[in-house]
Amino acid sequence: MSHRHVSTADSLLAFYDLLIIGAGPAGMAAAIEATRAGARVVILDENPRPGGQIYREITRNVPAHRPYLGPDYWKGKALAEAFTGTNADYVPGATVWSMESQGEGVEKGNCVVGISLGGVARMIEASAVILATGAIERPMPIPGWTLPGVLTAGAAQIALKSAGVVPQGPIVLAGCGPLLYLLATQLLDAGVSNMTLLDTSDPNRRLAALRHLPGFLVSPYLLKGLTLLLKAKRSIHIVSGIRSLAIVGKEDVEGVRFTTARGHETVSANSVLLHQGVIPAINLASAAGCALKWNEVQRTFQPASDEVGCTSARGIYVAGDGAGIGGALAAEVSGRIAAITALSNIGTVAQHAVVGKLKRLRHERRRYLRGRAFLDVLYAPQQEFLTPSDPQTIVCRCEEITAGQVRDAIALGPPGPNQLKTFIRCGMGPCQGRLCATTVTEIMAGERGTNPSEIGTYRLRSPVKPVRLAELARLPHRPSALMAVTGRDPVDHHTTNKETHHD
Amino acid sequence: MLNRLRDLRDPVHFSFDGVPMQAERGDTLAVALLAAGVNHVRRTGISGAARGPYCLMGVCFECLVTVDGVQNRQACLIEVDDEMDVLSQQGAPSLPMPVDDGEGSKQ
Repeated sequence: MSHRHVSTADSLLAFYDLLIIGAGPAGMAAAIEATRAGARVVILDENPRPGGQIYREITRNVPAHRPYLGPDYWKGKALAEAFTGTNADYVPGATVWSMESQGEGVEKGNCVVGISLGGVARMIEASAVILATGAIERPMPIPGWTLPGVLTAGAAQIALKSAGVVPQGPIVLAGCGPLLYLLATQLLDAGVSNMTLLDTSDPNRRLAALRHLPGFLVSPYLLKGLTLLLKAKRSIHIVSGIRSLAIVGKEDVEGVRFTTARGHETVSANSVLLHQGVIPAINLASAAGCALKWNEVQRTFQPASDEVGCTSARGIYVAGDGAGIGGALAAEVSGRIAAITALSNIGTVAQHAVVGKLKRLRHERRRYLRGRAFLDVLYAPQQEFLTPSDPQTIVCRCEEITAGQVRDAIALGPPGPNQLKTFIRCGMGPCQGRLCATTVTEIMAGERGTNPSEIGTYRLRSPVKPVRLAELARLPHRPSALMAVTGRDPVDHHTTNKETHHD
Repeated sequence: MLNRLRDLRDPVHFSFDGVPMQAERGDTLAVALLAAGVNHVRRTGISGAARGPYCLMGVCFECLVTVDGVQNRQACLIEVDDEMDVLSQQGAPSLPMPVDDGEGSKQ
């Protein structure tokens, strides 16, 4: 048995029991669990092959050609193979641009999902939807971060995993968080030298993180973390206690200026890799009407969900890092939990039959989440990198809106980020606020002396990704859509025309 | 700019702004461009600043290019292919202007 590879919109079914968005660890695990239970499953993914970002190109890579990726990456191989062996419909290269929850106006009580595949839009329905949309990197707005030659650390890792390519030196890695050190050691193992790591983590955080140390001591990530730190410290030029950063260059990166307690320094660079931790990708959940909640420890909004993945929207479930950052192993388990929950809610499996299994899986997930709080607190971003003090720093990369313009607009008294957006277009470009939403919320909270939870974030609407008007226009015109546009019942309209002809 | 750790095994031939380039089959177009030495893929529609791929995972929309005549494709989400004709995007595209009818209409 092998999954059906769907490459055209026409070959999708009109209806599935379960529709999964994202083929990373959570999405693949959900597909495995649900197809085993006999459900008709479709899994949509933007990328050309399964694995998500963490297991990028896992189906094609072999350890002999990419020895520098490390054992945690190769753990994805078995999962991807199991996923390939399911009878799910697998749809790579698909863009999901809209999602409507079950409710009024939706026929048959299903969720309706708008997708674009190969230049053709299609609406498909499902009894349940699992959002396994993963994480994005937290925006790190510093002067010069829009210059060509600046990548996110995640991007450099994706390039390494997917194509065996490395940034041109000299390389500066700047920011904080475990991924920055992991990437540095992977690049070292790949033979890269000439790296400087500018660590922006706040030394004062170490004390606060100590409270969570006991959890970290039994974390499956403990040994890995210590090994990475030791290796990086031996072989890479590391500068700690960074207070501010600016990337310099006219049309390309030329260097990085940084400030420590010792003063200002500049280091030359051809490539700069930025990282400030990861946050859930919430755009689709938010546009589908799922309630969001503020996570104070991880300093991010995430879809409000219960222990088994139910959101506030009927029929919509979340799993993996898109539900709150927990890492790949926890994501895999949460994908299975969400699949079981969804299938028992739609009646594919009996509720009483899965109680024990759900309990075991939740216990397993707790084990993988041990030590997470220690890392979250230790690597919490410094204020300067959440709310840039330099007014010239670009906050919204798409519309080129600066921190100064955002602060000026806030002073005019808009009630929240949505009104601010209409004042200055911040967040209205093609990325739909993915690269500025957290910064706008943080700046507004800072200016008003309140917490981001009081400020909220952009209200998102479909399409959550740009889709061509021609594609939308070619969608079948349902009676309800014709009624909405013409204000007349299409059936009556037709009759009237006929009568006119007879006259 | 990105450097390859291994030589090309299964080369794909494409062009960027008319310049012939090579990549490894299976590469995304964004990685293919960076590895071919292309840092600037577009200029913004607002200030005209140069931009290049940034996130490589479909989030930032910095790598928008015109592929085989279709504008605003995310280069990080599509695979490079033989004979792909890729163009940089220089600022905001202009709409074809209506022909002046000689009546002095300003609307």
